Amino acid sequence: MQTKSRTTVFLALLVLIAGASGLAQEAKVGHLDGNQRRGKDLYQRYCIYCHGKYGDGQGENAFYLDPKPRDFTTAVFKCRSTPTGTLPLDSDLYDTISRGVHGSGMPSWKPLTRQERVDLIAYIKSFSPKFTEEKPGTAIVIPDEPRNSPESVTRGSELFQSMNCWQCHGKEGRGNGPSAASLTDSKGHPIAPFDLTSGTKLKCGESDKGIFRDLTTGLDGTPMPSFSDALKPDQIWDLVHYIATLRRGKDSPKSELSESNGSH
Amino acid sequence: MKTNKIAQLALLAIAWFLLICPLTPSVEAESAEAGSSVAGTVKFQGTPPKGTRMEMSADPNCTKAHPGPVITQDIEVSAAGGLEDVVVYVSDGFGDKAFPPPSQPMVLEQKGCSYRPHVVALQANQKLEVVNADTTTHNIHPMPVNNREWNKIQPPGMPVEESFAREEIAIPVKCNVHPWMKGYVAVFKHPYFAVTDKNGNFTLKDLPPGNYTIKAWHEKLGTQSQMVTVAAGQSGKIDFIFRQ
Ligand code: HEC
Ligand code: HEC
Repeated sequence: MQTKSRTTVFLALLVLIAGASGLAQEAKVGHLDGNQRRGKDLYQRYCIYCHGKYGDGQGENAFYLDPKPRDFTTAVFKCRSTPTGTLPLDSDLYDTISRGVHGSGMPSWKPLTRQERVDLIAYIKSFSPKFTEEKPGTAIVIPDEPRNSPESVTRGSELFQSMNCWQCHGKEGRGNGPSAASLTDSKGHPIAPFDLTSGTKLKCGESDKGIFRDLTTGLDGTPMPSFSDALKPDQIWDLVHYIATLRRGKDSPKSELSESNGSH
Repeated sequence: MKTNKIAQLALLAIAWFLLICPLTPSVEAESAEAGSSVAGTVKFQGTPPKGTRMEMSADPNCTKAHPGPVITQDIEVSAAGGLEDVVVYVSDGFGDKAFPPPSQPMVLEQKGCSYRPHVVALQANQKLEVVNADTTTHNIHPMPVNNREWNKIQPPGMPVEESFAREEIAIPVKCNVHPWMKGYVAVFKHPYFAVTDKNGNFTLKDLPPGNYTIKAWHEKLGTQSQMVTVAAGQSGKIDFIFRQ
């Protein structure tokens, strides 16, 4: 354990040095600069009950929430435009805070001013030394969406098979695959694969581009992996087109995967 | 009481080493580098738990890869009591000395829907080559505390090459698609570590002379530690015993 406490001391020193030399985490979204001190005040007013005084997700409401509030000390985030294993951009955090996280206790903070949201980002980044040690990842490129077609949907449904999406999401995308019951997030809490037929809103944004991004970057801290190394952009679009048919509750053309004909 | 005294002396020795060593020129230590090794055996005492059967039927590609039932690899004990998959390493004794990572990668293979080896040890920033030798798609998902957490899908044959920047003993690795698949990756900032073989044997090679804390880590049985003094040109021997 000596190594551990040493690392801690080392990290603490790093933070001190970084702080002293003015490198402390700031935030910048568009032309707005985040102010950590103002962010702290806002955090204590709006976020502390869930995310906790130390940003570790252990606020007093955490016990009642499923999924649990994000632990900012790990710097692991679900909704990113950056590759798996990298830090999010400030604008990713801004989008999340503005949108809220559907299907969880995390509300939309659009009622706050833009400046206030950016101030909050400056503060929540200060909970993890990773934001001073590492740069955020490079945002993925989302190429133009090719024309949707029955062929694209069929290719998507085949990829849904071969990429083992169905092991988690189920053959018909209902979130009930053979592995579904065993899944936990990286903190050990049970987590359900998204039910692609339910019509509920996605966590990281609704657009086709949003789904393209989810599949490319993965949702870090959860079992939902990144597909960017395995698939070409066109194939990811095929999956997006297939998912659209599941979400509309329509049968995909000639697909034996979907038995949901007429049941929605 | 006697052990207490010894422990105190040992602590003094470490303190002395940590304080004085950085001040003395280290030319000697460098030249003796090729020197000594510490070897030994890790044993298990008690009745090893019966492994549970891994239920792979959710993916026929996995069941097909095995003629019979597959048993979990949590505690693997040889007939002579040797304990496999224990990470033995120097936990203290190098101060802040930096060791460049070796250029050859460590390989972690997914075969028959399990990890081979079950426990991998490598150096920080050394490449980890993850191979999928199966006919099904895996996802490879390390869940570190100090390092970056990533999670990638890996269809058959696709190469994955990654590395970990910081020391961490040990990072659990999972395939969420096949929930019975579990493994560990131990990451060190120096090259003085080993994973015990089937018979519980290990060798730490080329240790410069000095006083070291050697630790042995097992995923289920915890961590033990011992002090050793390594003299130039002499090989040392230490054994560990885990009980349950
Ligand atoms: C009522 C409880 C609650 C409050 C209040 C709350 N959050 Fe959250 N927050 C959550 C939960 C729960 C999650 C996890 C959602 C999930 O994992 O699906 C979360 C997740 C997040 C995330 C991470 C999203 C991602 O991509 O991983 C950020 C950033 C965040 N919250 C910021 C804030 C900020 C800033 C405030 C205050 C303005 C705030 N939250 C207030 C419950 C709350
Ligand atoms: C190892 C299990 C696993 C695999 C394989 C997997 N997913 Fe997921 N997926 C999940 C889990 C768990 C979630 C929910 C994450 C959460 O709630 O934070 C999810 C969420 C999603 C979402 C919703 C994202 C959002 O913003 O809410 C989509 C869309 C999705 N998966 C599509 C796919 C597709 C398409 C594939 C295959 C190409 C796939 N998944 C493979 C486990 C998996």
